Amino acid sequence: MFAEENGLHGDPRIKAISDAIRVVPHFPKPGIMFQDITTLLLDQKAFKYTVDIFVDRYTDKKISVVAGVEARGFIFGPPIALAIGAKFVPLRKPKKLPGEVISESYVLEYGTDCLEMHVGAVQPGESVLIVDDLVATGGTLSAAIRLLERVGADVVECACVIGLPQVKGNWRLNGVPLYVLVEPRLTDLVLFRM
Amino acid sequence: MSAGENGDPDGRINGIKSALRVIPNFPKPGIMFQDITTLLLDPKAFKDTIDLFVEHYKHESISVIAGIEARGFIFGPSIALAIGAKFVPLRKPKKLPGEVISEKYILEYGSDCLEMHVGAVKSGDRALVVDDLIATGGTICAAINLLERAGAEVVGCASVIEVPDLKGRERLKSHGKELYVLVESQFEPTTQ
Repeated sequence: MFAEENGLHGDPRIKAISDAIRVVPHFPKPGIMFQDITTLLLDQKAFKYTVDIFVDRYTDKKISVVAGVEARGFIFGPPIALAIGAKFVPLRKPKKLPGEVISESYVLEYGTDCLEMHVGAVQPGESVLIVDDLVATGGTLSAAIRLLERVGADVVECACVIGLPQVKGNWRLNGVPLYVLVEPRLTDLVLFRM
Repeated sequence: MSAGENGDPDGRINGIKSALRVIPNFPKPGIMFQDITTLLLDPKAFKDTIDLFVEHYKHESISVIAGIEARGFIFGPSIALAIGAKFVPLRKPKKLPGEVISEKYILEYGSDCLEMHVGAVKSGDRALVVDDLIATGGTICAAINLLERAGAEVVGCASVIEVPDLKGRERLKSHGKELYVLVESQFEPTTQ
């Protein structure tokens, strides 16, 4: 669900967050309007609003693990984990994690990719929040959900800053609810704010 | 300096050190890999890590925290949020979508490249470079170069772990940069 439809309607923080995201046309290839969160990270207020909204939602929900998808999930996940007193578990591309791992592959437009998690990072029965910057088709998040469910965790929700229109009306991935702050914009409102 | 030089009156440094894990022979034989993922599984130790960095730098008027992909992304943003600074990701090639500047650096075999967005940092910014570990200092020096080329003043570099034998601290000192580190690398695989 979008935050605006779930209690945050008219919250000025949502507009500040949306306005701080930059649109880069034709990246990584023609036709894609890339939603760039790096400008959000340059706006201390808007970045803090982003984290605060997620923290408010997930505090006192007995979530013991925040799992972040490499690499932009590493930017949003840890501040949320620290604020709610949860562990942070990085979900990484192959061969990055040094210990024993479990792997889950997923399908891309052309070919496949793979997500890995450390064995022993998450225990059966733990309540988990998965975090990434953006959800498009949901392929990566679905792989993340499968990884966590394979070790017996209960994935409570997936949280993303931005949700592409494909997910509207499909607010569950493998049965797990999706919580998203803003929709993508099609054009750039603001270049780097100095 | 390393944080332990001031003693460790409240035991936070010991807690952080105990939470780290050593994986032998990763990514190749002979390397004792210092794994911070177990630190992230210990909410108190992870919080103490961030708190120690924030305490050290909060009065330095730092306006930019530059984090090196990918493990610098885990520590940098929380520090940035706590001290009211911008967070700037320094990334491997072709990941950042806008116009970038690049800095090449030498690896043991071959070279690699770090990129930063044009316009993220400007003259007058006071920057701190953050990563999980410093070894030879090659990557951190590339980060410093990127920030200085964009006109920022690099106030210092901070990492959780340093590998003293690889002399990163000396390399930074020869560039006039301070290094703040919490613990030294460990050689014995810990039980985790």
